[in-house]
Amino acid sequence: MSIAITFPAPRTAPRRRINRRSALVLCLLGGGVIFLFALTLSCGRGCLAPSAVLSALFGSDSAGASFVVNDLRFPRAAMSIVTGLCFGLGGVAFQVMLRNPLASPDIVGISASAGAAAVFAIVILSLNGWIVSLVAVCAGLLVAFTIWGLSSGRGGAGGRLILVGIGISAMLDSVTAYIILEAPEWDRVEALRWLTGSVNGAQLSEVAPVFAAFILFGGLLAVSARDLDVLRLGDDTARALGVGADKTRLLVTLAAVGLVAFATSASGPIAFVAFLSGPIASRLLGGSTGILAASALTGAILVLAGDFTGQFLLPARLPVGVVTGAVGAPFLLYLIVRANKNGGSI
Amino acid sequence: MNLARPNLSLRIIVVIAVLMLTAFLSLTIGTRSVPWAEIWDGLTGHIDTIGAAAVSVRVPRTVLAILAGAALGMAGAVIQGVTRNPLADPGILGVNAGAALFVVIGIAWFDISGATTFLWLGVAGAGCAAVFVYGVGSTGQGGATPLKLTLAGTATSIAASAFIIAVVLPRNDIAGSIQSWQVGGVGGARFDTILPALPFLGAGLLLSLASARILNALALGEELAAGLGQNIATGRALAACGAIVLCGTATALCGPIGFVGLVVPHVCRLTLGIDYRLLLPMSAVAGACLLGLADVLGRIIARPNELDVGIVTAFVGAPFFIWTVRRQRMRGL
Repeated sequence: MSIAITFPAPRTAPRRRINRRSALVLCLLGGGVIFLFALTLSCGRGCLAPSAVLSALFGSDSAGASFVVNDLRFPRAAMSIVTGLCFGLGGVAFQVMLRNPLASPDIVGISASAGAAAVFAIVILSLNGWIVSLVAVCAGLLVAFTIWGLSSGRGGAGGRLILVGIGISAMLDSVTAYIILEAPEWDRVEALRWLTGSVNGAQLSEVAPVFAAFILFGGLLAVSARDLDVLRLGDDTARALGVGADKTRLLVTLAAVGLVAFATSASGPIAFVAFLSGPIASRLLGGSTGILAASALTGAILVLAGDFTGQFLLPARLPVGVVTGAVGAPFLLYLIVRANKNGGSI
Repeated sequence: MNLARPNLSLRIIVVIAVLMLTAFLSLTIGTRSVPWAEIWDGLTGHIDTIGAAAVSVRVPRTVLAILAGAALGMAGAVIQGVTRNPLADPGILGVNAGAALFVVIGIAWFDISGATTFLWLGVAGAGCAAVFVYGVGSTGQGGATPLKLTLAGTATSIAASAFIIAVVLPRNDIAGSIQSWQVGGVGGARFDTILPALPFLGAGLLLSLASARILNALALGEELAAGLGQNIATGRALAACGAIVLCGTATALCGPIGFVGLVVPHVCRLTLGIDYRLLLPMSAVAGACLLGLADVLGRIIARPNELDVGIVTAFVGAPFFIWTVRRQRMRGL
């Protein structure tokens, strides 16, 4: 019994229909992102007419609207989109590469390591900006290779990888919790918010590095997407087709860790976005191509919708990570139960 | 069946000696170094100097660490036996998180403050979480494999902590105290909160010890155990109840502390053999040693601050967890 592939390799159906379905799904997801972006900009404590939002965005100074839209809502919405894209893309890259939806960065400890490193850099080393993200990337890579190394060996590497990752997460989470508890300058409530993942109080200057990381590492992934696709067929087939399996894995790991680490150091580890995006996108696409792009857009939708729900649709104002955590955990349980019915493949 | 090992009684004596040493260290070592005379004063109740006062605070703390460690160690051994799963640990299986969720909801929504009510809540939460995780993890083919149980536990823990944060965040007044409780600490121990827990711990202890024979039979496999005339379902339920009471109580007292229940039974099994009649009490003793020593270590490492005991056990326990995963021929993975 093994944990089998969840992301079905593209079917050999007529090529045109596949493309039509993925184009349709991508358009719908993109439309969803734009709709939620517009919703976040125009609705908050009070709602603004679309015309007022537009005029505020494009510079004309209307009473009060420009501050609310330009300084409060736009950075928040931009941060939600960018972190969502990063988490969605980074998550699905791991899941596809390891052929296992459970091998997402937030379950195997990559997010935990990036979070712990970011908190360490901010609180103990008093760093800020780009350097924090770089520290987080380095820690994420270190932990990724540690987990790969520790879980290699005879048989059952997939399950072992997840269990090793869970162990490492537990250790790193306790570090993060400790540093935040001891940090004098952090309000405890604010610290709790960060620990769950939140786009509260986002600044445009914080969005920029994450966006740059998305372009850089996303480009890297896009370049290796073809090889990644071939890798699904197995190492031997990939080698026969002229794809270096180890080199591809190295590139994909680097890109995925980079995406997750930059997003985590900006917004905190928003629970389960990386884990959820891939499986949702894969179900929408139903086996047609474009899983990477679809998953990135799904991630953006999840963060935007989660943030809006947490802010305005619930009795108390909650950070986005609480909402996605509360949605994601039942989904994980559902995957486990369903896997059992299917005879062990998750 | 002779499960005894050479020098068994010597090993038992060593473990008990380590427990005494732990208690001694926990009373004498702290953030403040105190001369011997003042330590004696503090222990005998003559609180005239700051040093003596510091030592007198260490007494309930030591007692709590030993009690909670014993409870967690024994609970871990029972859970590993009941689920026949080497990775079973109250922390990993989400049982502690369930207890924490119930306690936090009690504090935040129902203004509960009595120590005894905390205990009931903790036990109830631990029970709900255990039943839920085992239910999810054991559906379908292959029963409760380590991977499925661990994942179900992780999902439950994450969901529980999302709810805890959702409950705590709108309440500025209780956020600080709940968060420090959540990392797991024995620092704030007082005798008047420990006393009401003693009946709970006693009940859990007795239930667990009574199930030792059933666990021994279960270790041979379910069919064989049934063939030996054991009532498996009842036995398992009783043993699980004991473990749930133990870890629910420990969590209510000092917050969720992970990995004690994982590490201790494995070490005991390696050194003292697999007979649960011996393994259960010795797991309790060794758990007390581990938590006590972790507490002492936490006081030394971060001077003049203190490291919460939950962080120390995570650092000892997580590598051990990984080692167990690597050593294990993963059934059903």
